[in-house]
Amino acid sequence: MAELQAKIPNGPLAGKWTNYKDHQNLVNPTNKRKLDIVVVGTGLAGASAAASLAEMGFNVKIFCYQDSPRRAHSIAAQGGINAAKNYPNDGDSIYRLFYDTIKGGDYRSREANVYRLAEVSNNIIDQCVAQGVPFAREYSGSLENRSFGGALVSRTFFARGQTGQQLLLGAYGALSRQIKLGMVTMYNRHEMLDLVIVEGKARGIIARDLVTGKLERHFGHAVVMATGGYGNVFYLSTNAMGSNVSVCWQVFKKGAYFANPCFTQIHPTCIPVHGDYQSKLTLMSESLRNDGRIWVPKKKEDAEKHRKGQIKAKEISEDDRDYYLERRYPAYGNLVPRDVASRAAKERCDAGFGVGPTGLAVFLDFEGAIKRLGKHVIEERYGNLFQMYEKIVDENPYENPMMIYPAVHYAMGGTWVDYELMTTIPGLYALGEANFSDHGANRLGASALMQGLADGYFVLPYTIQNYLAGEIRVPRMSTDKPEFEDAEKNVRNRLEKLIGIKGSKSVDYFHKELGKIMWEYVGMGRNEQGLKKAIELIRALRKDFWKDVRITGSLEELNPELEKANRVADFLEMGELLALDALTRNESCGGHFREEYQTSEGECLRNDLDYMYVAAWEYLKDGEFELHKEPLKYEEIEVKQRIYK
Amino acid sequence: MDLTLNIWRQKDAKSKGRFVTYQLKNISQNCSFLEMLDILNEQLIMQNQEPVAFDHDCREGICGMCSLYINGRPHGPDDAVTTCQLHMRKFKDGDTIVVEPWRARPFPVIKDLLVDRTAFDKIIQDGGYISVNTGAAAEANNILVSKTSAELSMDAAACIGCGACVAACKNASAMLFVSAKVSNLALLPQGKIEAKSRVQKMVSKMDELGFGNCTNTYACEAECPKLISRSNIARLNREFFCAKIA
Repeated sequence: MAELQAKIPNGPLAGKWTNYKDHQNLVNPTNKRKLDIVVVGTGLAGASAAASLAEMGFNVKIFCYQDSPRRAHSIAAQGGINAAKNYPNDGDSIYRLFYDTIKGGDYRSREANVYRLAEVSNNIIDQCVAQGVPFAREYSGSLENRSFGGALVSRTFFARGQTGQQLLLGAYGALSRQIKLGMVTMYNRHEMLDLVIVEGKARGIIARDLVTGKLERHFGHAVVMATGGYGNVFYLSTNAMGSNVSVCWQVFKKGAYFANPCFTQIHPTCIPVHGDYQSKLTLMSESLRNDGRIWVPKKKEDAEKHRKGQIKAKEISEDDRDYYLERRYPAYGNLVPRDVASRAAKERCDAGFGVGPTGLAVFLDFEGAIKRLGKHVIEERYGNLFQMYEKIVDENPYENPMMIYPAVHYAMGGTWVDYELMTTIPGLYALGEANFSDHGANRLGASALMQGLADGYFVLPYTIQNYLAGEIRVPRMSTDKPEFEDAEKNVRNRLEKLIGIKGSKSVDYFHKELGKIMWEYVGMGRNEQGLKKAIELIRALRKDFWKDVRITGSLEELNPELEKANRVADFLEMGELLALDALTRNESCGGHFREEYQTSEGECLRNDLDYMYVAAWEYLKDGEFELHKEPLKYEEIEVKQRIYK
Repeated sequence: MDLTLNIWRQKDAKSKGRFVTYQLKNISQNCSFLEMLDILNEQLIMQNQEPVAFDHDCREGICGMCSLYINGRPHGPDDAVTTCQLHMRKFKDGDTIVVEPWRARPFPVIKDLLVDRTAFDKIIQDGGYISVNTGAAAEANNILVSKTSAELSMDAAACIGCGACVAACKNASAMLFVSAKVSNLALLPQGKIEAKSRVQKMVSKMDELGFGNCTNTYACEAECPKLISRSNIARLNREFFCAKIA
């Protein structure tokens, strides 16, 4: 059994990362050429890591399931990226960014990792500007900042509502340059299907060429997974259709622990669900809360009339509106962190004040901002978001308030990693949303882009050398080794088994059913009874899946149904672990809200005495997991109750 | 609404393709075009037929993975949207909808409605970046960029690389795509240093990969889901001439 060693460097918090870098092992340039690194995923974390490693002289192979590395879902991030530059002169500092991130995460993230994140945040902005990322500018030509939820300073850099796109294109450019130079080999339309372990160390992967359907073996002295989050376990989420947990799950089954799966983020500002054919939910950037005010009718009669379409939002007078976030949290108002905003919306809707045809929506109103700033300013700031809203909902948000509702968005939990971002399998690293370490129980806005790029540009390229320095005498291995052969055989057996079921229900049927269970019992509010029921239901559904799923086509061809089935099979196992983790954590914190543990005002009731730990799960066998605890120690900050009032 | 679909089916790159007609009933107006195809595929799977393969991922108009030539227009009858953002309210009950893959020699069909767009990646690999290594960057505010340049650069950088411009062009020209990247970088002081070699390398790669020439019909601009302006093509031309002369 692997030991949980976080490997946090000694010394005072602010000096840990420097101290680490000063003393870590490095690989000399001639040896770098002899070392191969497999990177899976081409989002912010994967692309930036691959490019940086190749620049250093390592041989990199990189994989993505999309047709191009530029399509990874980092591209969809809208709002911005945080850094502690303090350009607006409003009192920001590395410590404050660190503090806000720890507090925002409800004291469930690892102190040393978060401090390092804040520390390298400024380098990220420098790097991206040098790459030509067209960030918003002041008239002076200097960089512009805006505020974001969960912070009292303006530290968010942005490129209109397409910050993720622009940062990803920066990393994609750097990656493309290394592909041209021959330092990176790109495998697009390829999906990793298993990890290969040789003598206890990660040494490669089995991948499927999604066009030909052929299985391939790829060797690496180390393997880096940057495969994103598992939000699609809820079926409907803001994730891309292909986003999946499969790589995290494959390595979990091979010994990499899975940490804090129950920490999932429900984003407060998404376009509400409108039909059962719906395939995804669209996020409206959190930046909208800078100028938009969130409200529901004060009177239930008005809410009911709106649901029936008898009244428009504009007809409800100012006195009859309940700006519930401003009422409950006067200090932060509409800018409270996501978990707080989401729960408050659910609370109002559950109490009968929800609007829209389903009653599961609240208003996000720009009337005041348009009056105050003019339509053109709002258009300049949020034009593309307003356009997106209008295309989907067929209603003009300049004239009528938007209707929004929370939706599954981000996974704070993920593969457990130590300070070096290594998993419990030696030589296997996890970056970005795929790991667990920096966001605790709730992620603040504009922190995901920061973390993905921090891991890829500035953390992994250092820490991986500490490991690879010990591997320089290991020659490239033949993929004819029995370990590769066995792994490939297992993958083939599983895919053949899936295709061979020839049942009566489609893959989507099972995914949707799983989503319903997850949203109902493991969504925004969780309780013991519901979670136990969820586990039962998921188990039954999983059984049914393996008996009755229907996959058309064959293994050796382009087969999207087979790809989906393989991912859904993993979600059907992962959902159970998520529920189990939620059941085991008898407290409420961040995105994890257990209805039994709340204050009289309906706020999270944390239990630091018993639950200030990372829950790292070990896979034993199907449906059996063992919990390991990594205690969280806060040396430099005082653990407080999280108050945004 | 009830619909008739004429969809291009092609087993693989080597096989010959053909149109196949399908009937769909009771489709909601609020459904997206791709959700309508999901419903068709569910129906096909239940009939033990092979579902229609099409590219898609983010379904919010930003990843650039979805394509489709719908009733003779890339991304269908609405303006400034990708196929995943196209909604069925843009069609009428009883409509016949023709769905084809992108048609352009540099984008060969892989299967059904899926095409291979790696040619775009290859163009970017030939200089569509600023050659800066990780760690080599100066303090960000040491590089000042005028708001006007930053905004124009961002206008061009909004390109999602979907390929609609190529599909719309009778010559299958990639000028709008290439010009967007060239403009994005040439408009910034950071990008000026390599501007000359970048534009020459990218243009010759574009030619080498079999994309056609621009004959100024601007179908690319008309069909671009991100409203990338043809003025970028003018900028590309100027950058190219300047690079050749100097």
